[in-house]
Amino acid sequence: MSTSTLLAASGAVSGGEAVTFWVLAPLALAGAIGMVAARNAVHSALWLVLTMLSLGVFYVLQAGPFIGMVQIIVYTGAIMMLFLFVLMLVGREASDSLIEVLRGQRIAAIGLGLGFAGLLGSGVYRATQGSTPIGLEQANAGGNVEGIARLLFTDYVFAFELTAALLITATIGGMILAHVERRKEDKRDQVATMKARFAPGNYPGPKPGPGVFATSSSVATPARLPDGRLSDRSTPDVLPVRELTAEETTLKGTEK
Amino acid sequence: MNPLAQAPSLSDFGHDPWWLILGKIVFAFVVALLGTLLGVWFERRVVGRMAVRPGPNQLGPFGLLQTLADGLKMAFKEDILPKSADKVIYFFAPAISVICAVTALSVIPFGPMVSIFGHQTPLQVTDVPVAVLVVLALSSMAVYGIVLAGWASGSTYPLLGGLRSAAQLISYEVALGLSIVAVFMLAGTMSTSEIVAAQGNGTQLTLFGADIPTPGWYALLLFPSFIVFFISIVGETNRPPFDLPEAESELVAGFMTEYSSLKFALIMLSEYVAMVTMSAFTVTLFLGGWHAPWPITEWSGANSGWWPLLWFFGKVILLVFVFVWLRGTLPRLRYDQLMRFGWKVLIPISLVWIVILAGLRTIDDWDTQSRMYAIGIPAGIVLLAALFWPSRKAAPKPTLVEQVDNRPPGSFPLPPLDLQVPPSPRTRRMVAEREPANAPAGQDSEEV
Repeated sequence: MSTSTLLAASGAVSGGEAVTFWVLAPLALAGAIGMVAARNAVHSALWLVLTMLSLGVFYVLQAGPFIGMVQIIVYTGAIMMLFLFVLMLVGREASDSLIEVLRGQRIAAIGLGLGFAGLLGSGVYRATQGSTPIGLEQANAGGNVEGIARLLFTDYVFAFELTAALLITATIGGMILAHVERRKEDKRDQVATMKARFAPGNYPGPKPGPGVFATSSSVATPARLPDGRLSDRSTPDVLPVRELTAEETTLKGTEK
Repeated sequence: MNPLAQAPSLSDFGHDPWWLILGKIVFAFVVALLGTLLGVWFERRVVGRMAVRPGPNQLGPFGLLQTLADGLKMAFKEDILPKSADKVIYFFAPAISVICAVTALSVIPFGPMVSIFGHQTPLQVTDVPVAVLVVLALSSMAVYGIVLAGWASGSTYPLLGGLRSAAQLISYEVALGLSIVAVFMLAGTMSTSEIVAAQGNGTQLTLFGADIPTPGWYALLLFPSFIVFFISIVGETNRPPFDLPEAESELVAGFMTEYSSLKFALIMLSEYVAMVTMSAFTVTLFLGGWHAPWPITEWSGANSGWWPLLWFFGKVILLVFVFVWLRGTLPRLRYDQLMRFGWKVLIPISLVWIVILAGLRTIDDWDTQSRMYAIGIPAGIVLLAALFWPSRKAAPKPTLVEQVDNRPPGSFPLPPLDLQVPPSPRTRRMVAEREPANAPAGQDSEEV
């Protein structure tokens, strides 16, 4: 058997396991606290990634290498990346403000959180105190991956398939709600686009920019064609094409 | 021929003295660095040859030191930190990419059991029961390097490049994982050394009275998986034609636009190390790892001792060449084409193939016959598809004159089709006034 399975097999904590635990446990905790404390949403997500990576290593330490790697691939690699994907669209400067809306909620939350952690920790500690882990070697007898596979495809096959059906339904539902697929006939391909561009009544050249041959950089300033006329293609449709007064074209001093 | 005698199993790992472990780690690291140094040179030379030009040929023999010079130059350039950058993440992002790319080499088997100063040890840093998943996990973590580099730069082009790469890598990772499932089904293990060992035992096929040794390589047995896998790793390493995150013509340099100096060098390093790592990973999973290819296996010592290193790196270089070849040949895909290809072609093909394979395995217990099924059925499907593919008969194209005549009135004006460009009068004058270059002296010639 491999080293990782041997580590936790005997129930006794080996030196390497203890060192890894004491290095990673503070990191995992720091990640959890940092996630709550960070003001920037992307920083929060990255702290959470740190915690998840540490958890993945803990699973490997507990003789579950498969679940550890899946934790990293699925949670860190896919789900957190999806979170990050959305957060990146929010913008870099978006940070939470430090003003408390509910007075005293932060103190209360810290207190309650510490209390809950203490209760849970002491409860688990007292429950597992003095008990020896058994059955790990039997569970990992044919190899860790094979053991999980056997359980998934025998005892838990119904639950597994039910979960899969649920996830697939959710995915397809999301796609139906969000995704619009145009029919092939409705799509205009490159050839049709070009034909429409050169069809009579359409000017194929680029639109003149606003303010070309003009005195102002305002978008309301129409471009002047070489013969002196104003071009109505140069301004947005909602704006009337007209000569701007001198007062309108002077800079407003709004730039920094 | 008994290649299995030399093949290490999982129990051979974890018994090395510390200096041997250190040596192996240094070896893997040096492979990564040398792979980058030579890989950049190799790519520039090969692409140069494909573009009918010499490529770098000035520095050192065959221009071999060009990459080193470029690296040194990069180290001495000014390191620019954008004002709007998120400093910590901006600093760490290239490091994440490099760490993930290099670490993946630690589970790649370079060779069989060898004797190093009296220690029998496998030529592999380490192996775990889930070694393939380790590589997958690292490649999914490498996405963070690119995405964070794009986000932390604090400017538009890198952000767009980062977003693109996030979507691309996640999509292609799905196809990548699905194509590896077929390998797991055949090998019955996720450890890299055992997958290589499982590919060592080919079978003898008796066809028309002649014994033909067939290799057990999964590239042949699982041909569709191999194709999907290779396309996916091209997408996963951001190599052309899937290099959308750094599309020069649209996004300047994508996620690395704001990077300069050593940080930029790190990003380049990670890209080339990832190419080498993924090539080595392909060799491990599909091309028999360090096993010698067929004609060499006639020699009984081919798969023992240090020789397998040669076969392994030969295959890796061959795959790196394919990467470069793709870059020299194919234009970049459009973004929607890329996504459609990943989700609507690669993933369905993988899923269908897994179902077919599972069916094959239940029909008979995977002997020579089903191997031939496995090769024959996909080959047959491909052939049939190629034969009966509905050839879309294009309507006869109207001639140019017909097209011009059929244009509606008021169309954009065209010059006449028989337009002859008249010679420029200035050129005629200049030619006439010029002293003829090779006319004999004294003879005045007006003709030119």
